[in-house]
Amino acid sequence: MLSFDRLTKTYADGTRALSSITLDVGRGEIVALLGGSGCGKTTLLRLVAGLDRPSDGAIRLGGEAIAEPRADVGVIFQEPRLFPWLGVAENVGFGLSHLSAFEREGLVTNALARVGLAGHQKRWPRELSGGQQQRVAIARALVTRPKLLLMDEPFSALDATTRASLHDHLLALWQESRPTVVMVTHDVEEAVALADRILVMQPKPGRIFDELDNPLARPRDRLSPAFEAAKREALRALDRSLRHEAPHQEKAAETAGMWW
Amino acid sequence: MSVLEAEAAPDEREGRSAVPRPGYGLAAAGFALPVALAIFWEWLVAAGIANGRLMPPPSVVGRTLWDLAASGELLAHAGATLWRVAAGFGLGALAGTVLGAVTGALPIARSLLDPTLQALRAIPSIAWVPLFILWLGIFEASKVALIAVGVFFPVYLGVAAAIQGIDRKIVEVGRVFRLSRLAMARRVLLPAILPSWITALRSGLGLGFMFVVAAEIMGASEGLGYLLVDGQQLGRPDTIIAAIISFAVLGKLADGLLVAITRPFLAWQDTARDKL
Repeated sequence: MLSFDRLTKTYADGTRALSSITLDVGRGEIVALLGGSGCGKTTLLRLVAGLDRPSDGAIRLGGEAIAEPRADVGVIFQEPRLFPWLGVAENVGFGLSHLSAFEREGLVTNALARVGLAGHQKRWPRELSGGQQQRVAIARALVTRPKLLLMDEPFSALDATTRASLHDHLLALWQESRPTVVMVTHDVEEAVALADRILVMQPKPGRIFDELDNPLARPRDRLSPAFEAAKREALRALDRSLRHEAPHQEKAAETAGMWW
Repeated sequence: MSVLEAEAAPDEREGRSAVPRPGYGLAAAGFALPVALAIFWEWLVAAGIANGRLMPPPSVVGRTLWDLAASGELLAHAGATLWRVAAGFGLGALAGTVLGAVTGALPIARSLLDPTLQALRAIPSIAWVPLFILWLGIFEASKVALIAVGVFFPVYLGVAAAIQGIDRKIVEVGRVFRLSRLAMARRVLLPAILPSWITALRSGLGLGFMFVVAAEIMGASEGLGYLLVDGQQLGRPDTIIAAIISFAVLGKLADGLLVAITRPFLAWQDTARDKL
């Protein structure tokens, strides 16, 4: 479905953000890219979104190389990035301008109900809380029924409770059309809660350090021992990926959540 | 969670509107000083303590205004002034918006045009007057041209800066949705620069009123600026003050009109406007 072939990105100043990444993502799979800051997670996502061009290598989606944004790829950014001058409904329907007003309204209403914002159609983004805004952004990205959904730390600015509830909303939406999802996160719990596969990345140059399969069946109980074990394993891999570079930061794992 | 929020939201809004808006009482307070001064001056002149010849008391100014209005002169002068401002503002704002948009959006245009325009901006606008009179004659065209020049620069600078200052992040959303260049301009760029554009237009309008005075003082047979010169030459300070008051009222009304027209387009802004 989605494949990276020796993907490399070098910025103009010589920074090697990504170095020779090769990876295959299956249809309907949820892949989490886990790693500390500066390991090229976001760069990778921007390349897939077609917002940046790779320096070398290629990204293929269903056999076609990605060079620019595509209609069947949805993106949820780290910030909601709503258009402040549009109401909630118009924000969600932004990518549906080719449809009639009637069709659009039906899809938008449905999408808003799915993220728990039914009845908020007419409100301005500024009147919503951060979590509500991010839910509007999720609805906006999913209302077009993308085949591939890209998420760049979409919940990182939210508190833990809101985050967990948004995870559930997201999975409910995902169940509907089962798009392939590539998400970037620095939150181990988030990765374990959502992903089928966790790729731990390592910085300088950005590369894949380890690959963990997540066998937990959905719905996942965050308090179960199996969940804890998966989390510990991911944390350990993350820890090792960092120790490679900075051997003295052994406490990093224990204080995860502090160092970035 | 959403249920909770839906319940909480109306309360929150009520709470916001229930807070008394400070300002009505305080806005009235702003009148206290000028009114007190006017009454004081009126009293000084009436009591014979001060001579009202050079600084006529409010009653005299009021009567002059009334006479001017009753004879229809005031309307004619104000109409002439307003027409000049409207024409100059229209031309200047249009040119400023178009050139500002072009230089803001296209780096080539910016390198080509901006240095020249910035150099022209350094020229005090009044310095153009002799040239405009030679080129365009002493009648309306030269006056409108001067006002247009005055309006052009704030609008140009405002629009160009606004376009360059558009948030990359929001443009990226447009790119993700694969907007064409035209759709991007219409659906993302235009709404994004609207607040700055309106601010630029307002400062342009203010300068328009400044330059119409300059243009009319330098030679006109009608207009509020002419009234100023007329009052000076006839030794009638009351006429001058009447014209000044008319300018203040017209300028404020024109600005208020611009704000009122554009307000519906800015309802989305997340500002502290309500609280200020």
